[in-house]
Amino acid sequence: MSTIPKGPRPKHLTVGRIGLYCFIIMCALFFLMPLYVMIITSLKDMDEIRAANILNLPKELSFYAWPKAWSQACTGFVCEGLKPGFVNSVKITVPSVIVSVALSALNGYALAFWRFRGAYFFFGLCMFGAFIPYQVMVYPLLKIEDFLGIYSSLPGIILVHTIFGMPILTLIFRNFYASLPIDLFKAARIDGGNFIKIFFYVIIPMSTPITIVAVILQVTGIWNDFLLGLVFAGRDNQPMTVQLNNIVQVDYGVAEYNVDMSATILTSLVPLFVYFISGRWFVRGIAAGAIKG
Amino acid sequence: MKNSVEVKNISFSYGKTEILNDLSLDIKEGEFMVLLGPSGCGKTTLLNCIAGLLDLTDGQIWIEDDNVTWKEPKDRHIGMVFQSYALYPSMTVEKNLSFGLRMIGTAKDLINEKIKKAANLLQINELLKRKPSQLSGGQRQRVAIGRALVRDAKVFLFDEPLSNLDAKLRAELRYEIKKLHRDLSNTMIYVTHDQIEAMTLADRISVMKDGLIQQLDTPKQIYNKPANLFVAGFIGSPSMNFLKAKFDQSNQNLIVGKKQIDITKYENINNLMNDQEVVFGIRPENINIEKNEHSIQCKVELVEPMGADTLVWTSVEGNPISIRLEGSSNFNLNDEITISFDINKSSIFDSKSEERI
Repeated sequence: MSTIPKGPRPKHLTVGRIGLYCFIIMCALFFLMPLYVMIITSLKDMDEIRAANILNLPKELSFYAWPKAWSQACTGFVCEGLKPGFVNSVKITVPSVIVSVALSALNGYALAFWRFRGAYFFFGLCMFGAFIPYQVMVYPLLKIEDFLGIYSSLPGIILVHTIFGMPILTLIFRNFYASLPIDLFKAARIDGGNFIKIFFYVIIPMSTPITIVAVILQVTGIWNDFLLGLVFAGRDNQPMTVQLNNIVQVDYGVAEYNVDMSATILTSLVPLFVYFISGRWFVRGIAAGAIKG
Repeated sequence: MKNSVEVKNISFSYGKTEILNDLSLDIKEGEFMVLLGPSGCGKTTLLNCIAGLLDLTDGQIWIEDDNVTWKEPKDRHIGMVFQSYALYPSMTVEKNLSFGLRMIGTAKDLINEKIKKAANLLQINELLKRKPSQLSGGQRQRVAIGRALVRDAKVFLFDEPLSNLDAKLRAELRYEIKKLHRDLSNTMIYVTHDQIEAMTLADRISVMKDGLIQQLDTPKQIYNKPANLFVAGFIGSPSMNFLKAKFDQSNQNLIVGKKQIDITKYENINNLMNDQEVVFGIRPENINIEKNEHSIQCKVELVEPMGADTLVWTSVEGNPISIRLEGSSNFNLNDEITISFDINKSSIFDSKSEERI
C-alpha cells in the first residue's frame, strides 16, 4: 500500500549522505589523531614512552611533565619553563592586537565612507601589501628599527606586528563598512557628525562582528608567530613560541617527549581557546562582510 | 513670498557621466515641492546636492538666504528622511531621535522636551525605549521623520520615504506627512517616482527626466495641461491615451487613419497648422460612451473592473484606448460601443518637438 503524500516529506538516508558522514568523520579523525597522541604522551612517564606504543593509553597517569614544561624546563641557559614566554607573549599580543585593530578600523572606515582622492590607489596598495611575504621585509625593517633605536625591544616587536597586521585588517574592515547602508552615514552627517564623531558613535557600535573576526585573526597570528618574535623581540622579550622551540631543540641530555608535548599544548592553548569561544562569531563575521566586497 | 531654497545653475557629474546640467529651481518658503521622475532622472542626485552630501561640479545652493554651497550638511538647517530609514541600529528610538541634538551639545532638558513633542506628534511614545530592529517599517519611518523633526530643520528633505512600505501603510503615512506639513508649514522637498504621492502631497511638482526639469507646476496643471508628451505619459494611471494624427485645417479636424476627430473646441487650435503631424492625447476619464455626430464606433476588447471604476479597453484605428467608466457599468467582450472625446480636456502635442500645442 502506498502512502498518500501529506505533510512534511519523509527523510531518507541516501548513499550520498552516508558518504558525506564517512568523509566528515575521517577528516575529524585525521585532525584529532595528533592531538590524541600529544595528550596521552604528555601523560606518560619516560619509561612508557620508550616502550614505543605511541597510540596506547598510559598505563599509569603521570602529571610530571606539565608543571615541568610550565616552570622548570630549560630554554637555553635558564630553566624557568614556558612561564616567562607566556608573559612575554601576552605583553606582545595585547598591545599589538589593540593598536592594529583600532587603526585598521579607522582606515577601513575612511576608505569606505570618505572617498578621498587616491582612495582606490591606496586600497590597491593595501591589497598588495597583504600578499607580500613578510620575510622580504625583515632585513630592511630590522635596519629601520635599529636606526630608530627600538630594535630588540618590546615596542619594536609591537610595531612590527602592527605594521604587518594592518593591510589585511584594513581590507577586512573596509569591505565590512562598504556593505553597510550608505544612507546611515549620510544621516549621521546631516545629524551633525564629523569624521571622528560618526566613527565613534555610529560606526563602532555596529562593528562588533567584524572586530571579533579581526581580533581572532590577530591574536592567533601574533601568538603563533615565531620568526618575527625571534628576530625583533630581543632576548628579554622572547615569545612563548621561541621558548618552546628552545625546549624542544635540546642539544644535550635526554629528549623528554612528555615535556615537549605538554609544552606544545600549553603554547597552543590560547589560540585554541580563542577559536572555541568565538567560533560562532567568526563564522558570522565572515558571512557579514569579510568575504564579500 | 520669499524663497526658502534656491538652486542656481547647478551641474553635477560622476566622473564623465553628467547627471545634472545647469539646473535651476526656486522653492518658496513653506512650499511642498515634489521632485518626480523615473529612476535615473537625477531627482535623488538633486536632493543630495541640496543636502550637501554631494559636491557640485558647478553652481550654487542657497538655503534661507545663505549661500551654503560649500557648507557641511549639518550646517544647512536641513533634516532628511531616507528610503531605507537609516536609523542607527545600535541606538534606541530615543537615542536615534536625540543623536543630532547630542552632537551639538544641547542641554538634556531641552532634548527631552523636544523628543516628547516629536513623539507626541508622530505617536511613537510607546516605542522610545525600543531598538529599530524591533519596529515595523511604518514605525521606523515615523522615527526617521521624528529625527528630522527634533532638529528644528528649516527644510525637510524626503528621499522616497514611502517606497519600502506596503500599499496600505504608504497611504497612511502619506496622509500623515501631508498633515505634518499642514501643521508645521516647513519647506519640504520630496523625491518620489510615485505619481499618486506627488499629486496628493505637492504644492508644486517638478517633473524630471534625464537631469532636466520637464515641467514645474501645480499638480492640477501638470495633470490637465502636461507640457510635453513625456509628462503626459508619466502622470496618470491608467496612462493617457495617445493617437497619432494629422490636422486638417479646412474641417478643423484631426485625421486618425480613416476616422476624424472634431477639435473645434480645443483651446489653442489657432496654433495648429494645416497638415501638421500631431499626437492627440486624452485621459481615460475624458472619454464618454455617447452617440453624437463626432462619435466613433468600436468594440470592447478587455474589461478591468477596479471597484470604484471600471476600465474598458478598445482600439481606434489599431491604437489601444482605455476608457474609465463607473464601477457599476456593465460591458462584455466584443460589445459594440460608441465613444466621444471631451476635447476641452484633451492635449495635442507636436509630433516632432513633443511639446504641447
